Amino acid sequence: MPVTTIAGHDVHVDDEGFLTSPQEWSPELARTLAQNIGIELTDEHMKVIEFLRKDYAQTGETATIRRVQTVGGFPTKQLFQLFPKKPAKKMAYIAGLPKPHGCV
Amino acid sequence: MRRLVVLGAGTAGTMVVNKLRKRLGEQWSITVVEQSEVHYYQPGYLFLPFGTYEPEQVLKPTRKFIPEGVDFVRGEIDRVLPEEDVVVLADGRRVPYDYLVVATGTSPRPDQTPGMLDGGQWHRSVHEFYSFDGAMALREALRGFTGGRLVVHVTEMPIKCPVAPLEFVFLADSYLRRRGIRDQVELVYATPLPGAFTKPIASEALGHLLEDKKILLESDFMIERVDADSRAIVSFDEREVPFDLLVTVPLNMGADYVARSGMGDELNYVPVDKHTLLSTTYDNVFALGDASNIPASKAGAVAHFAVEVFVENFVQHIAGHPMTHEFDGHANCFIESGDGKALLIDFNYDTEPLRGTFPLPKVGPMRLLEESRINHMGKLAFRHMYWNLLLPGHRLPVPTLMSMSGKIVENQES
Repeated sequence: MPVTTIAGHDVHVDDEGFLTSPQEWSPELARTLAQNIGIELTDEHMKVIEFLRKDYAQTGETATIRRVQTVGGFPTKQLFQLFPKKPAKKMAYIAGLPKPHGCV
Repeated sequence: MRRLVVLGAGTAGTMVVNKLRKRLGEQWSITVVEQSEVHYYQPGYLFLPFGTYEPEQVLKPTRKFIPEGVDFVRGEIDRVLPEEDVVVLADGRRVPYDYLVVATGTSPRPDQTPGMLDGGQWHRSVHEFYSFDGAMALREALRGFTGGRLVVHVTEMPIKCPVAPLEFVFLADSYLRRRGIRDQVELVYATPLPGAFTKPIASEALGHLLEDKKILLESDFMIERVDADSRAIVSFDEREVPFDLLVTVPLNMGADYVARSGMGDELNYVPVDKHTLLSTTYDNVFALGDASNIPASKAGAVAHFAVEVFVENFVQHIAGHPMTHEFDGHANCFIESGDGKALLIDFNYDTEPLRGTFPLPKVGPMRLLEESRINHMGKLAFRHMYWNLLLPGHRLPVPTLMSMSGKIVENQES
């Protein structure tokens, strides 16, 4: 896996720039990751990101949009406003977690 | 007398009672609770709409596969009382257990998307093929379809047999060409995922298929509602995809009694340890097949391999020993690609589908991630194996855990 420097830290990323080691993530890094995709992080964004991080720590899987809504309490519409166009992918990217994928 | 109760006599539940009846002695009673007298071969649903299979090829009596020495209780489950170790049926009957296996699968829920079931177009211009009745209604709709926009759509992951919608779109392309009307049809594939293929090696190997077949891709499409009046599916980011014929895969959910019993997650799946299938909450409850929350494909192949591991673990567990067998998320699926060809994929929790040969190195005879006629023949032959070998609990000539033998390792994602 390639190593890149983000916000002064060396981190492992895949071809699309997703972190491949969730433990290399930090809130400071999240700010830079968000800027990379044109998002200025607010407290509202961070609440969602923190839920994703906490849920991943418990389940070992990136929460789906439905789970972020039903368990995290963030309405889907709001997720589309905070992370336009591709919320599932963008949330995972900023949270330093694996992106949603199918089996093939 | 110790009591094992299995909920559901689908693929996983039927295999469990067959295998465990042979393994557990006479001091064990085994009961299976099931509400349907018909066992459906669900992989056959894909072929019903195109007339490749006839209805009688995908159904047999449920009881035919329940072995002697297993009590078959026909009934609807109201709830499980896991603190009391008892299952309560809708008619009030109580079925007590020492050990419980939840194997009631997952079902399409068109009621969960506004306008899908209640828009007045259900089984008219809005269809699905994840149920017997749905597949048969779609068969009629396809026969009457002469042109326009045919949209194949996935509501949300996870779904049963995650490649089935892609297979459907490939088979639809083939079917429309055979009928000589492919030029009059715009074929669209709408998925909530970032693409039709999301794993690097499969994407590289198969990504060209959609373009070759002139199938339009609408990715990252999270449906908010079906607008039945204007005949369009509408996403949360206000994209509209119009259709003349919609073939949707509704949200899949585990059984409602799981939620009523307080045993499920947000989609009514039972949280279990992904290697042992033992409930994370109850030490005498396992969940097998599509009913659990393991991050593997919801498919009969996964149920089959998981049951093999579970049986060995269960025997240890009831003897008070640690469980020493670990399920690896192994799945093995044929993907129909149209024109009498299919692909084969073999993967697990940690290894994405790779190229190579299966089951033997170099010899095959199957090739992985490549279209071939032999794979298609394999898919069709599997129906006989399902009825005659798999359900009765006989061993199949494929490894339970995924083997790297014959696989080509390239650019492995970590």
